Amino acid sequence: MSAGHAHPLHLPRDSVVHRLPPQVKIVAAFLGVVCVVATPREAFAVFAGFAVLLVAVWVAARIPVVWILRRSVIELPFVVLAVLLPFTGPDPRIDLLGLSLSEPGLLGAWNILVKGTLGVLISLTLAATTPMRDLLVGLQRLHAPALVTTIATLMLRYLDVIAGEARRMHLARVSRGHDPRFLWQAGATARGVGALFLRSYERGERVHLAMLSRGWTGAMPVLVEDRTTRADWARGLAPVGVAAALAVTGWVIL
Amino acid sequence: MGDPVTVHPSLLVKDLLFAYPDGHQALHGVDLRIEPGERVALLGPNGAGKTTLVLHLNGILAPGAGTVEVAGMAVRKDTAQEIRRRVGIVFQDPDDQLFMPTVREDVAFGPANFGVPDVPARVAEALAAVGMAEHADRSPLHLSGGQRRRVALATVLACDPEILVLDEPSSNLDPVARRELAEVLLGLGRTMLMVTHDLPYALQLCPRSVILDDGVVVADGPTRELLSDTALLARHRLELPYGFAL
Repeated sequence: MSAGHAHPLHLPRDSVVHRLPPQVKIVAAFLGVVCVVATPREAFAVFAGFAVLLVAVWVAARIPVVWILRRSVIELPFVVLAVLLPFTGPDPRIDLLGLSLSEPGLLGAWNILVKGTLGVLISLTLAATTPMRDLLVGLQRLHAPALVTTIATLMLRYLDVIAGEARRMHLARVSRGHDPRFLWQAGATARGVGALFLRSYERGERVHLAMLSRGWTGAMPVLVEDRTTRADWARGLAPVGVAAALAVTGWVIL
Repeated sequence: MGDPVTVHPSLLVKDLLFAYPDGHQALHGVDLRIEPGERVALLGPNGAGKTTLVLHLNGILAPGAGTVEVAGMAVRKDTAQEIRRRVGIVFQDPDDQLFMPTVREDVAFGPANFGVPDVPARVAEALAAVGMAEHADRSPLHLSGGQRRRVALATVLACDPEILVLDEPSSNLDPVARRELAEVLLGLGRTMLMVTHDLPYALQLCPRSVILDDGVVVADGPTRELLSDTALLARHRLELPYGFAL
């Protein structure tokens, strides 16, 4: 079911991982993150184990390591704060490369960095192997609140429509000599955003009318009846089993 | 109920009155009868009440007075769901109508809501009828205007409606897409009410036309006859495009 919704985080391939039902992958990714978070921060070797496990999944999914690492820079703004911890953390301090660093701070920073990175990499793996549309179907099958999946489904469809409208309005402004280079010229852009909001709101009303006309009663009908087999669950949860074993090992060795 | 051989009109509108909450009286007593198999054009200037009338046909708006019946069933709150299956409205902007991520899901939306049996077969049939079967798995976003319009048509065809209601079907279509849509519509053999400003299109598709102005039906007759009455058209802000004469 490729919907033709190419998004930059998705890598269309034909692999075991790609073929798994989306709900299996969502559950597996969620449990994987739980395992990572539950591992004690001092169990350094275990985190290496997680990394090896992820690489194994990428190999199975035929995702180039470089491809996924490049997309993981998305995480950077969120971990910047972690860099400050070793400088601002409490005593005892240790000397490293001539800098006096807080030991708990260093561990705290490592904790954020490694768990954040692994979490992002797991999410990226899910995104790379599952088209957006299938993610929504998966959430629907996992009985996520109907309102959430409906809103997300509509967003998936209308984001591009609204972006197109915004682009046309921008073109029309520029064609009339608008060139917002200075702060005091931002007014027209702001009014454009307001107009866009109104237009989207009106479109929302028209879409709702059209949906009512086709018998909408408040819930998306489930259109794809795909039964998930035990084998699917077994395949999808196998890496999670390894991750859980790693997390337990982390607690045992400390 | 009644004689089984009685054939109800596909659409029967009797003395329909409607005022918007702001007090604007949009419909002043509309009467309209459409027999099964008829193709009727609903003409009229902007603000004549055409869209208001259309929204009454499937119970989205409730009349102040008067009745609407679809194939013998009165439009009421408790019949709304069956009425909406019977009245297939194709809205003017396909982007309003096509809201699902893929064509197939969108066409399946109506039948699934109405509990129509064997949805996949209905979807395939409807898409084939409009010549869009090979695009079932694409996003409506990646279709041309003409293709989108035909998919929008398929979304209501899949519900097997008693009457098709088309709101400005030819707007924003290039000449070829416009002709292709006409061929599809003529090939369907269904009862049709077509709201349009495109008078040549009305002439091509609908043997009968109704002119609505200021909330009342002011003319009802063979399309060619109405369109050749220049004075009548002029009284209701209608005119044939430049270069056309009947």
